[in-house]
Amino acid sequence: MKLLDRFFAGDRLALSRIITLLENDAGRRNTLLDVLLPKTGGARRIGLTGPPGSGKSTLTDRLIRLFRQEDRTVGVIAVDPTSPFTGGALLGDRLRMQSSWDDTGVFVRSMADRTHTGGLSASTPHVITALDAFGKDVVIVETVGVGQSTLEIADVTDTTVVVLTPESGDSIQAMKAGLMEIADILVVNKDDRAGAGHFASELRMVLNMRQWADQWQPPILRISAQNNTGVDALYEQLTAHHQYLSEQQHSETRRLRQSRSAIDRAIEERLGHLLAGIPDIVAIMDRLSEQVARHEIHPSAAAAEIIKNINLE
Amino acid sequence: MSGTQNQHSMERKIRVLVAKPGLDGHDRGAKVVASALRDAGMEVIYTGLRQTPEMIVEASIQEDVDVVALSILSGAHMTIFPRVLNLLREHGVDHLLLTGGGIIPRADAETLKEMGVGQLFGPGTSTRDIIAYIKKEVADKRQEDEI
Repeated sequence: MKLLDRFFAGDRLALSRIITLLENDAGRRNTLLDVLLPKTGGARRIGLTGPPGSGKSTLTDRLIRLFRQEDRTVGVIAVDPTSPFTGGALLGDRLRMQSSWDDTGVFVRSMADRTHTGGLSASTPHVITALDAFGKDVVIVETVGVGQSTLEIADVTDTTVVVLTPESGDSIQAMKAGLMEIADILVVNKDDRAGAGHFASELRMVLNMRQWADQWQPPILRISAQNNTGVDALYEQLTAHHQYLSEQQHSETRRLRQSRSAIDRAIEERLGHLLAGIPDIVAIMDRLSEQVARHEIHPSAAAAEIIKNINLE
Repeated sequence: MSGTQNQHSMERKIRVLVAKPGLDGHDRGAKVVASALRDAGMEVIYTGLRQTPEMIVEASIQEDVDVVALSILSGAHMTIFPRVLNLLREHGVDHLLLTGGGIIPRADAETLKEMGVGQLFGPGTSTRDIIAYIKKEVADKRQEDEI
């Protein structure tokens, strides 16, 4: 049987191979997406983001179990960073997501970000599509540990959970643009640590100062994923937000914003291919880098010369 | 832009699952190998200690790895390697390389090789040899899927 037939028959190995193709095979990606896209829309997409070590993977493991208790199937995408120096990556999120390892209703895939900025890899949205089309009820995406401006997760999921810890900084940090603005739910994890209460009330204060365009007020939840306290409250808020979005007018703006950024991403991807398709691009790049290093030409002049070589056919 | 920076990234990365089956807690060797493979440009999924053959096979299916590398120091290699191999075959996974290392007598390594396990590496092996071996084997084993 061919791969897609096996995929639609529920074969997890076929799902896994298709994810590999979506991630690596630019030539066949669009063919696959054309088949997969019409089958999507059934999955709730939840994003977990926050600084490195804030407990995203442990929390994901807890959430998987709660969704499974309600018999919902779960797909997880866990993204870790690629080294820009070697191109390699150590993907370690799975280590903390092993409590449901023998449950065939759970599928966990680790991905390297391949130096894509934004906290995800360029193909993560396609993998969400695959898990959705495969019939997963819930897709959880865990980003690379992020700081202030890696916000792509909000463009590819329905509900964004920002996971912080008491050590994550003071109120001025929280007032800066970024993570706080994409949070549908804020979690203060590692609640057993000193300063958790104080940090949570500072977050509350910052949130209260904002002028919301949205009727949804992001709740701030104090939890300990490790000790499994407060995770039920998070689960309830996830359900509440899902309910909120199911009312047409609330999800409409979001969907349009997401579609725009999907087009942006597609443009970026196509430009990347066009650049990579320039004959001798590596040699040209080497030559121009040397000239820029010697201050002979400006980087934007180098960019202009490269762009001149793009073949639009 | 990614197109010019990482032309090498257009080629498919080698994905390796590094796991430590059994109950002993010595994972230093596994971590050294995982770091070396990462630095060689591979994507390494590290699942850590106390992995059962069933867990290892399940993770290999979900991660679609090219290589499963097991570190076994407990003497259980004659049980664990055949068990993983059989489970992989049962699940129809026939394209990947099962390899590993630890304290494994030469005669046992030969027996395992006849069963279909790849080369096994003993203490003192250079990580460069492991990297070269993996690259060669993966190039031979990879197969195109018809979609």
